[in-house]
Amino acid sequence: MSTAIGVKPEPDVAHVPSGSNYLNCERGIKSWLLTLDHKRIGVMYLVSTLAAFLLGGIFALLVRTEHLTGGRTIMDADAYNQAFTLHGAIMVFLFIIPAIPAAFGNFILPIMLGAKDVAFPRLNLASYYLWVGGAIFAVVSILINAVDTGWTFYTPYSTTTNTAVIPMVLGVFILGFSSIFTGLNFIVTVHKLRPPEMGWFRLPLFIWALYATAVIQILATPVLAITLLLLTVERAFGVGIFDPALGGDPVLFQHFFWFYSHPAVYIMILPAMGIISELVATFSHKHIFSYKYIAFSSIAIAIFGFMVWGHHMFTSGQSALVNMIFSAITFSVAIPSAIKVFNWVVTMYKGSVDLKTPMWYALIFIWVFSIGGLTGLFLGSLATDVHLHDTYFVVAHFHYVMFGGTVMALLGGLHYWWPKMFGRMYHEGWAKIATLLVFVGFNLTFFTQFVIGSRGMPRRYFLYPEQYTGWHIASTIGSYVMAIGFFLTAIYLIHSLFKGARAPKNPWGGVTLEWEAQSPPVHYNFDGDAPKVGDPYDFERVEYDRATRSYRHKPLKA
Amino acid sequence: MIGISGVPAFLKSVLSAPAISALVGSGGTFWMPPQRSTFASEVDTLFYFIYWICVFFFMLILALAVGFLLKYRRRGEEIVVQKSAHHSTFLELIWSGIPLLLVLAIFVMGFRGYINMATPPAGAYEVQVTGQKWNWSFTYPNGYIDSELHVPSGEPVTLVMTSQDVIHSFFVPELRVKQDVVPGRYSRVWFETTEPFEGTVFCAEYCGTSHSEMQARFVAHDPAEFDRWMERAARWWEGMSPADIGATVYQKRGCQQCHSVDGMGGIGPTLQGVFGSRRTFADGSTGTVDENYIRQSMLEPRAKVVQGFDPVMPTFQGRLKEEEIAGIIAYMKSLSQ
Repeated sequence: MSTAIGVKPEPDVAHVPSGSNYLNCERGIKSWLLTLDHKRIGVMYLVSTLAAFLLGGIFALLVRTEHLTGGRTIMDADAYNQAFTLHGAIMVFLFIIPAIPAAFGNFILPIMLGAKDVAFPRLNLASYYLWVGGAIFAVVSILINAVDTGWTFYTPYSTTTNTAVIPMVLGVFILGFSSIFTGLNFIVTVHKLRPPEMGWFRLPLFIWALYATAVIQILATPVLAITLLLLTVERAFGVGIFDPALGGDPVLFQHFFWFYSHPAVYIMILPAMGIISELVATFSHKHIFSYKYIAFSSIAIAIFGFMVWGHHMFTSGQSALVNMIFSAITFSVAIPSAIKVFNWVVTMYKGSVDLKTPMWYALIFIWVFSIGGLTGLFLGSLATDVHLHDTYFVVAHFHYVMFGGTVMALLGGLHYWWPKMFGRMYHEGWAKIATLLVFVGFNLTFFTQFVIGSRGMPRRYFLYPEQYTGWHIASTIGSYVMAIGFFLTAIYLIHSLFKGARAPKNPWGGVTLEWEAQSPPVHYNFDGDAPKVGDPYDFERVEYDRATRSYRHKPLKA
Repeated sequence: MIGISGVPAFLKSVLSAPAISALVGSGGTFWMPPQRSTFASEVDTLFYFIYWICVFFFMLILALAVGFLLKYRRRGEEIVVQKSAHHSTFLELIWSGIPLLLVLAIFVMGFRGYINMATPPAGAYEVQVTGQKWNWSFTYPNGYIDSELHVPSGEPVTLVMTSQDVIHSFFVPELRVKQDVVPGRYSRVWFETTEPFEGTVFCAEYCGTSHSEMQARFVAHDPAEFDRWMERAARWWEGMSPADIGATVYQKRGCQQCHSVDGMGGIGPTLQGVFGSRRTFADGSTGTVDENYIRQSMLEPRAKVVQGFDPVMPTFQGRLKEEEIAGIIAYMKSLSQ
């Protein structure tokens, strides 16, 4: 992009509100720690989950660095096993699951609804502290003797290893309640705090996605909680549930675990899809294509997501009939995801595509999520999954979906709502350089892993045959490139907090209600009553103002 | 049908450049290892069928996205949005209907291939497989036990598998088969190799410290040669001294995964210089390493664990012959002289 680097920061704009906002209305550490303001809780979640992302990322870089050679590089086998376990557990439970709903959902959902807060502000704060409690348990496990079971805690390995499984499992148990509280809060908020003229089909698609996610959170998470409690009871008191040496069934654990953890995949990806729907519409300045299909596909994914857990267990020894049923249902999930991707792409048709950084991330999402979703076809199909199961092919596949999908959308959302959350604009040029590094690094890291996987390299291998060395080195270099991209992102975003131009109300031309609030919003989100809502994707409602280089909502016709 | 048979010719020629050929798996295609079982060609055909569907749809999405991007990219500050519909039931039906038909086809092909894998033929050559941290042992119909899997090529082979400790998984990439090996139950896998070859049995289910070293040599022999190998192998200790028998058992049965014979530390204690020494056990008691202690350590390994080691050794009760136990004892004596 030739124009990317030389872009001047947006000039200070005349109508930037001075005076009170949610960041400066109260001061002092206590005003943050005891806040009931969904925006402050959202910001605390954002900072905390990004810290978890950093920690999980460090473990990922350690794992990748170890793989620079097929033998021992920087650590021994046990340390390696702990590193990949901590990478997975931290990324899944402390970062990806809470990140988008708890950080952006908390901040944006009530404003999008024109509400002053979520339905249960105290429950919201409690959910944050549960997250902190779960994180402390996880850190305790790391400090005692870090867990080495893989993030999946498969029995009977997890009930017999001498590492600190119980603290980590209890940490995840507590994090589950944090997730349930957030989901409960969002469901009630969406039902009860919508303005009267906002029917279900005037909800922004991000809210549909969060709503579908919340339903999964409250229905699936208790199953994980019970499973992990059973695991703890078996480990601590020798009650035979999963360990055959005690009369238990180890495969039962896998059923319980995936009954939660497959729907959890959709807890991770649905909110990301919601963000992409917002980004594609706003930056194409055009009505989202097929609103209802995108909304209902979120619900369809949430429902189907509960019926496919067995596809993680095609080689576990479950019967051929069961495998056939799970394979068939698995393919049915592919369709709603495909519908979303096509609708996003077609939304750009005849629009006015503005290639700002959030849109770059939306396009990257479409790229990586397409690869992630399509490679799922190899794994849903029984005959090919038998070969590919538990190889690097699976590792590459779920990183394309979870990391490529969720994290790219999270970064898109971060760049989209950053001006709203903190009232500052970041530097577009640097942002685009970082985006490019992340994109190139990501594909180098994970595409190579498809190749080594289908050629037969099993996952979670400390040592590997020499034939894979070149691919592993490429993958590791990719991870370094990506890390540089992330650090660059952190630098220019933090820099913008102090030196960035003041953000206007509506820098991108979004129609949804948060763009009618000031940047950053006031304590109760809107001065006086919330503005009236119309179609959230009717872009004729906003007009560009050359003087302020931002957008203005036109008054809604009655 | 370039798509079905593998990498298209032009790609192959590109990939045959010396610098790049190192990246291509030897004997296999770009994506897949060599085909050595009767399942492999069907699995690979399906793999490449799905692969070209993926390539097509990815290119389609990319072309549309890039095309729209270039055509409708905002230039300057003027926003030009042309009127267009924002819903089309026809389009939705097209782009959910066509993928639905394709995934149905993939499902059916995948299921047909799988049913074949899940149904062992009657009369197959049967080998009992035991997985344990971190080695494999294979018990042949005549009672012979080896740490390597040898099979007759061109004949169906069934493995009846179980684990001594945690879950493992039997995986030979060239055969395209994988099956978990679960403690407390038996799982089955079958295959028929298409030609004699040597490969590796990998453990594909994470099982702890030496998971990546839990490998076994896999050899498919020409049938006549297999019979000769079996005959030789079953009488392997004839004419050997007890210490040599012990040294061979040490190699064959995976002892070396955890116990060194040169004094180096490992997951278990080294065997060098141990015989006759006094050891302190996990419960604080002490004892001398004599014939009875060595025997008990193999048959009831968790009874007296040497202090500083984890009780992870699986039992060999019923899995070692008397000659082999005596051999290990003699071998350990020889290591202490």
